Amino acid sequence: MNDFLLIFKNLFRKKLRAILMIVSILIAFAIFGVLAGFERAFNAGQDLAAADRLVTVNKINFTQPLPIAYYNRIQSIEGVADVTHANWFGGYYQDPKNFTVVLAIEPASYLKIFASEFEVAPDQADAFVRERTGALVGETLAAKWGWKVGDRIPIASSIFSQKNGSSTWDFTITGILKAAKPQIDTNFMLFQYAYFDETRSFGKDTIGWLILRTTSAALNDQVADRIDQMFANSSYETATDTEKAFNKAFVAQLGNIALIVLLVVGAAFVTILMIVGNTMVMSVRERTREIGVMKTLGFPGGRILRLVLGESILLALLGGLPGLGIAWLIAMAMRESLANFVPGIAITPEIAGAALLLMLALGLITGLVPALNAMRLKIADALGRS
Amino acid sequence: MADDALVRLSGLSKRFVKGQETITIFDRLDLAIPAGDFVAVMGPSGSGKTTLLNLLGGIDRADEGEIQIAGQRIDQLAESELARFRAAHVGFIFQFYNLMPMLTAAQNVELPLLLTKLGRQQRKSHVATALEVVNLGDRAKHYPREMSGGQQQRVAIARAIVSDPQLLLCDEPTGDLDRATADEILATLQTLNRELGKTIVMVTHDPAAAKFARRTLHLDKGRFVDAADLAA
Repeated sequence: MNDFLLIFKNLFRKKLRAILMIVSILIAFAIFGVLAGFERAFNAGQDLAAADRLVTVNKINFTQPLPIAYYNRIQSIEGVADVTHANWFGGYYQDPKNFTVVLAIEPASYLKIFASEFEVAPDQADAFVRERTGALVGETLAAKWGWKVGDRIPIASSIFSQKNGSSTWDFTITGILKAAKPQIDTNFMLFQYAYFDETRSFGKDTIGWLILRTTSAALNDQVADRIDQMFANSSYETATDTEKAFNKAFVAQLGNIALIVLLVVGAAFVTILMIVGNTMVMSVRERTREIGVMKTLGFPGGRILRLVLGESILLALLGGLPGLGIAWLIAMAMRESLANFVPGIAITPEIAGAALLLMLALGLITGLVPALNAMRLKIADALGRS
Repeated sequence: MADDALVRLSGLSKRFVKGQETITIFDRLDLAIPAGDFVAVMGPSGSGKTTLLNLLGGIDRADEGEIQIAGQRIDQLAESELARFRAAHVGFIFQFYNLMPMLTAAQNVELPLLLTKLGRQQRKSHVATALEVVNLGDRAKHYPREMSGGQQQRVAIARAIVSDPQLLLCDEPTGDLDRATADEILATLQTLNRELGKTIVMVTHDPAAAKFARRTLHLDKGRFVDAADLAA
């Protein structure tokens, strides 16, 4: 026998009570894991944003267009190293429910600015630049539909239509785009802006937003001010900010995900804290005489404290670790179906680490009061109590 | 007082405060118990028997006086030192056995050895010996709920002796048992005293139990008195 066995036997002396507490902790950590996975996926764009990249959008709203002429004008601004532009296509494959992220972009400049994020074979990149109806497909999206280089695919738009009345464009896959880092999502498709602008029935010579790289991140504020001043009082005023701020604003449209996670998880944990804390106090109180006997045998107060704290920490771990495991299974199961809306949902090592710290904190907080009571218990009082 | 006393109380006073009233349990009590003695302490309820055991075991503190056990002034020890002292020198046997219900007999007996530096195999060996001494070698893996009251008390005795303490303090050890079983337990204590040389202080209400001791002390109103005085 050792202290761990003693802790384990104490914890499971009332099996039903222990199991119910473990299940309640398990549920709380499963909720935490899934919601934290969501939150992390929602905010992944902010974390991956490059420090020296800025985004220029229409000042009214980023869904409003900007003239394509801004592309050339911004290139001439001091402190701008590279510029590219993109346009939201609102695409889907075969059925509107198969929503797909599709962007109309300027190929050469776009691939240059995002060279550190995405990898494309040089011959495939060349083919994409050359081929007017060519498309670069992210490997996640390609794997999802079984697409390969050379395939001809029809992609419809829920926003735009062609001059001939059709809302479907045909593309030839010229390359597969791979993520340079594991946390980068590749569930999207790129095609040539020139092809899009030439064929669409409205909005000609406009773009969605501009992405630019500054010569130094230190110049970001100056460059952003210069751009916005250049287009001030025009029909299309601009708002320029860092890519991180842009991504954050994009996510904020859906609500404050971090706050929602905090509130839900907070409510779950406060409830669990009270239930487990109260049960631990009762459980130790029921053992007052036994604790008195252990002290009589010579167990010092500090060791009694460690035994009770060990019990509450073990309880938190026995509930928390399987709960985190279940969260991982749920995240994996939802990863595919939510790939279009929340790509990259996963229980990351950071989430697992935070969960582990939460388990330890839960164990310590719920065990502290009964452990201190047990440590301070006077033997004569304990043995006198029936 | 005998020079070879294992237990020596000098001028011991103990008072309890209850509301505005102060109750004196002992007032300058003296006592010497030589090593190897088996003393029964009898007396009416409230005479201070259990308080005396608590003071001898270092689980309660006196207001005045000295308590010396095995040459050590335990009234001067801090709580942590007292815990170490109890683990090394004193074995306790209670009326209601006080075994841990979720531990087997062997695990209950092993409990005090977790406070020692003995290895797993050594602890196992000590536990087996202690259970053999109380004739419960075949019950090592049984839980308290699977044993009779007498068997549970024998496990408690094994737990008290497993770390080989010099002094055994027994608080009504047969108070919860029938006569035959009580006599078995008392015979076991007698054997521990006579063959292993354990010094035993046993509090009891039962005159038949006291007969197993070498001598009987009568406690009344915090003082040791002659049995004849008590009867009068």
